[in-house]
Amino acid sequence: MSPHSCVKIRKEWDIVSARQLGREMAKKLGFSTVDQARIATAVSELARNIYLYAEEGQICFEVFETIERKGLRMGAFDTGPGITDISQVMQDGYTTSGGLGAGLPGVKRLMDEFDIQSEIGQGTQIKTVKWVR
Amino acid sequence: MNSKLIQIAIENSDTIVQMWLEKIDSLKVDKFSSSTSDELFENTNREFVNVIFTSIKQQGSLIEVVAFSEKIITLGWPLSYITDGLQMFRRVTIDFILSNSDQVDTSFFSELLTSVDRWVEPIIHQLINEYTGSWEHILSIQRIALQELSAPLIPVTDGITIMPLIGTIDTERAKLIMENLLEGAIKHNSEVVLIDITGVPVVDTMVAHHIIQAAEAVRLIGATCILVGIRPEIAQTIVNLGIDLTNLPTKSSLKKGFTSALEITNRKIVDLKPKEDGIEEMIKSLQGE
Ligand SMILES: Nc1ncnc2c1ncn2[C@@H]1O[C@H](COP(=O)(O)OP(=O)(O)OP(=O)(O)O)[C@@H](O)[C@H]1O
Ligand SMILES: [Mg+2]
Repeated sequence: MSPHSCVKIRKEWDIVSARQLGREMAKKLGFSTVDQARIATAVSELARNIYLYAEEGQICFEVFETIERKGLRMGAFDTGPGITDISQVMQDGYTTSGGLGAGLPGVKRLMDEFDIQSEIGQGTQIKTVKWVR
Repeated sequence: MNSKLIQIAIENSDTIVQMWLEKIDSLKVDKFSSSTSDELFENTNREFVNVIFTSIKQQGSLIEVVAFSEKIITLGWPLSYITDGLQMFRRVTIDFILSNSDQVDTSFFSELLTSVDRWVEPIIHQLINEYTGSWEHILSIQRIALQELSAPLIPVTDGITIMPLIGTIDTERAKLIMENLLEGAIKHNSEVVLIDITGVPVVDTMVAHHIIQAAEAVRLIGATCILVGIRPEIAQTIVNLGIDLTNLPTKSSLKKGFTSALEITNRKIVDLKPKEDGIEEMIKSLQGE
């Protein structure tokens, strides 16, 4: 597998493909079962948000290693409508679709690092990292 | 011109068939497993080329083509056997007629190509149609089978029903789960419904939300829903997501869930006289003899 790979999200089943790739890479990197499940769930949340709110985008993975530690970068990039108030969407329970509103704050807790950038009319970029323990 | 060419082809069918059989033999190595016997392969080839000639003789009749394609589909042979076989037939026939004609000008050449195409093309079309028809049929059967499997409900004893979920849950399946759960709980008069998620690979907010809603709906019809089979890693991710399951009774295993379902319905499992005793006694009495 190449150290950098992306899955396009257009249909609902693309979410499953992204999840499977994420889990496969996490497994190869030596993440624990629990961390594999955390990564797969985080992928599922971000991919579903793209599918629901942005219609098109992609989930990308990158393995990276320094001398001290190994990790998996997972990013979600879309060209959707963007998010007006980032602090609002990061609150537990905030949803515009009748969901649980747990996705974005949940991903932040599932992963070790979390960064979100969004521009109205341009799209949203979410970058996360999970370190192998 | 076409009828003259048909006549040439038919008069020399033995030679053409021989040339074709030699060529088609090469397909056996690349496309077929060794489980296909040489005899079956050779017999089918002969039948194939006879079907082609019958169609040419009968001015494009496709009756035998249909029967033949059904046979190939049943054998499970690849579609390329048919398409490659017909391409080879085209090439062999054109080569043969060209090399046995004295005057070959461009108009003869182009008429020859047109004629042979006219013989072969309806057969290719027919065979491909039969093939895709059978694929579509298989696909639709599989789709129905999958749907039946996707949210099964098992009434285990009076008042207790189990829904074992295996595999990915998408929105369509989530709806089906809700429908089957309610319909089944009413039909079987369930007091307790156990949803077993041991086989669900990822429980994200969408799946959790649907399960919570389904459980709530079950509660509204007067039954209790218990979520069972929560693997440790799934429990962790649910906590990380911050999903509140306090209103939904949960048990780690189906066994524990079933025990509490029995309690709710005022029953319990009682061991009758253990079997081991009987066997031990028997061994003792045998040793005593
Ligand atoms: N990629 C995106 N582009 C635009 N808006 C988004 C995007 N992702 C999230 N949002 C907005 O942020 C809100 C909160 O997202 P979050 O994933 O936390 O909850 P949710 O999707 O509504 O529900 P769930 O708990 O099922 O994930 C969404 O309702 C949506 O309005
Ligand atoms: Mg979401």
